[in-house]
Amino acid sequence: MEKPVGHQANTHTYGKYIFVWLALLAFTAITVAVAGINLGNYSIVLAIVIACMKSYLVLTIFMHLKVEQKAFKIFLFVALLFIFITFALLFSDYSFM
Amino acid sequence: MSTQEYAVEQVHRDDIGTKIGMWLFLYSELLLFGGLFFMYSVYRFTNQSDFHIAAKNMNIFIGTFNTIILLTSSMTIALAIAAMQRGKTKLSIFLQFLTIALAIFFLVNKYIEWSHEIAEGNYPGSPTLLAKSHGQILFYGLYYVMTGLHALHVIVGATVIGFMTRFSIKGKINDKNYVRLEAAGLYWHLVDIIWIFLFPLFYLII
Repeated sequence: MEKPVGHQANTHTYGKYIFVWLALLAFTAITVAVAGINLGNYSIVLAIVIACMKSYLVLTIFMHLKVEQKAFKIFLFVALLFIFITFALLFSDYSFM
Repeated sequence: MSTQEYAVEQVHRDDIGTKIGMWLFLYSELLLFGGLFFMYSVYRFTNQSDFHIAAKNMNIFIGTFNTIILLTSSMTIALAIAAMQRGKTKLSIFLQFLTIALAIFFLVNKYIEWSHEIAEGNYPGSPTLLAKSHGQILFYGLYYVMTGLHALHVIVGATVIGFMTRFSIKGKINDKNYVRLEAAGLYWHLVDIIWIFLFPLFYLII
């Protein structure tokens, strides 16, 4: 049986962390570069999408969610779901005012 | 090995519980910042052109630079945990110091940035700002509250990591027991994620 529960598994190699860091820097470069182009309403959408991708990398690798128990992932899913619901309700109101 | 033997072998410790506790705290932070992000989205939606004008004044260079600093500090704390797990205490302590140094670097930049804004007269309630349009006043209000609250989190995070460094030096955090360092790391990554969203929302509206 595994010894200290949840302790042996939740690690990545140094290389993986450095790789994720490089990916995060690349995303930052992209988001800054793209901000210079006028895409109208798509600018904000693109900026948010890139921010979400960066957050995904931080959550899964840096915060170990990828190798953590399932409960952690369910917690996050529920939290994000409620943010989404609040956002959807908020804008279902404001979009039609 | 039964739970009983396990309990005898080491002092009662629930590492999963500790981490779940930290995550629950992070969700309470999400409520705090989430509310502000909702407020931002509504005000931006109802004052689009004003937000564009106000954001033109933001310093993209310093914003980008601070993003790079925070992303790097997130990596160094993740590496510090990995090093501690592998029993490389000295390397871990060095990486923790590096994380704190980057946090201070971030705050220095923030100080320079705010000083510049204040010198230009763009601070809450200033005559220069009050002469501007309603939407621009809202933008600056949100800018100071959200980046200010975030900076407060950077200070708290750096302080917490400072304690972890102390524990690491004393050997209280070691390759067998590093859950506190992990919890501090989780907090630090949350601070990073919040900045990941603040950055495009305040600096990159062109």
